[in-house]
Amino acid sequence: MSDYAVLAARSIRLSRRNLDAVIVSLALPVLLMLVFVYFFGGAIESGTGTYVTYVAPGVLILCAGYGASMTATTVTGDMTTGIVDRFRSMDTKGTALLAGHVAASTVRNAAATAAVLAVAFAVGFRPRADVPQWLAAIGILLLYVVALSWLSAVAGLLATSPEAAGGFTFFVLFLPYPSSAFVPIDTMPGWLHGFAEHQPVTPVIESMRALLLDQPAGSAPWRALAWCAGLLALAVPACALLFRRRTR
Amino acid sequence: MDSTPAEGWAIEARGLRKRYGAVRVLDGLDLRVRPGSVCALLGPNGAGKTTAVRILTTLTAPDAGRARVAGHDVVTARSRVRRAVSLTGQYAALDEEQTGEENLRMMGRLRGLPRRQAARRAAELLERFGLTDAGRRRVVTYSGGMRRRLDIAAGLTRDPEVVFLDEPTTGLDPRSRRTMWEVVASLAESGVTVFLTTQYLEEADQLAHQVAVLDRGRLIAEGAPEELKRRVAARRLDLTLVDRHAYEAVHARVVGGALHASPGELLLSVPTDGSAAHVRALLDELDPARVEIARFTVQGATLDDVFLELTHE
Repeated sequence: MSDYAVLAARSIRLSRRNLDAVIVSLALPVLLMLVFVYFFGGAIESGTGTYVTYVAPGVLILCAGYGASMTATTVTGDMTTGIVDRFRSMDTKGTALLAGHVAASTVRNAAATAAVLAVAFAVGFRPRADVPQWLAAIGILLLYVVALSWLSAVAGLLATSPEAAGGFTFFVLFLPYPSSAFVPIDTMPGWLHGFAEHQPVTPVIESMRALLLDQPAGSAPWRALAWCAGLLALAVPACALLFRRRTR
Repeated sequence: MDSTPAEGWAIEARGLRKRYGAVRVLDGLDLRVRPGSVCALLGPNGAGKTTAVRILTTLTAPDAGRARVAGHDVVTARSRVRRAVSLTGQYAALDEEQTGEENLRMMGRLRGLPRRQAARRAAELLERFGLTDAGRRRVVTYSGGMRRRLDIAAGLTRDPEVVFLDEPTTGLDPRSRRTMWEVVASLAESGVTVFLTTQYLEEADQLAHQVAVLDRGRLIAEGAPEELKRRVAARRLDLTLVDRHAYEAVHARVVGGALHASPGELLLSVPTDGSAAHVRALLDELDPARVEIARFTVQGATLDDVFLELTHE
């Protein structure tokens, strides 16, 4: 168990020292928040009152996905340098190394989430959630981050260079757009409804919005949990398998 | 090699084979290393040195053959082997954005040392490798030699029985190379078994009790450095031929291969002991009609010549 703690501390320290990553993972969410509210906000009428209140959970999701996908790059970085051989020659488990990256990703995202929330409050975000609702919303968001980070680790194990791993970021960054994160699904073309309604971002965003705005959440939190659990059940064993194959 | 040491061999490999696709990287490697000795695996690029090290340190599984390191089978008792050895590869396996001290503490913790002991061990190792002043700096600021020393230190957090060093001096300037040699010598004095790979005969000669020469996946010579040097000629005879036709004819008569052959310059080099009798005999043997060799000179053989002669056997 201590291997997990040591490698998590390592990954967090490395994240903190990678100045580019720190700037990107904090400044980008804040900028996105402002772009959505001030550039698009006037043009988009969502029906839930002020657009900032509608869009803030969407921006949180967008940033969470982006931050989590950086796990792919950090994992590929380790796999393509000698360090993975050193860890293996010390009998360190591959899952401990990968879990360290996921832990660092979660910490990075928690910081980014706090930054986005602070800015959102400053520009007029007024949620109506009580403490249990806040905890549930943040909990679902972090679970989504963890699931997506493991999925990114899979991508990182498949990629042959950090640059290639960066391509996964593009895919994840795009995922929230065909969902109800920024505009209601029924404003999208009909052929997109099927995908938009049955992809992980939609139940996550809907439960966060319902919890934060104190609206009926329906089955959304359960569907969100099911999606995250399903992704984890797929990604964690895939990581173990790919790590073994990659290092044979 | 003679009798089995009482405590068993530190490394014992029999018939190791490994192929990647159509390439036979190791083609039946047999090797035995005495505990507490320094063994150098000498060979050119692509000879299979790194693959041998990876198999012996359990990072790669052999296709065939058996190997025991520190008494444990590298396939069936992987974890035990990993606990008994340390590996320093060709590329520094360190986190550049952590300080030297943080790297060492992390390795100590992963080796199972409690926090405080890991910190103490890190300080000891920094001191031993002359890195105390640099310990608080990030590794990204280190020179190549410093990195290599830290890399070796990182393998020693938990007193391994066998230390594997894969080309420890490749890419280092001459001064850093000297320092590395001192590091290896001090490791040997401390009683651990050292297995290193190198492309340089001089290095094997300096450091090792036992040298194994690997070429295209097979051992072509093995023994103490003095024995190997005795087996190869100390000098070489450079021949300049009169024309291309003569060059081809003489080249065909060279027994066991030429040390150098450069058709463009019409130049052939063959090994000799440098004595008048041997040179005279060689000239007669290679040019019986006495018309094809235009000039000759006798040169002291370089280490490269020795190596080339061995790899031609």
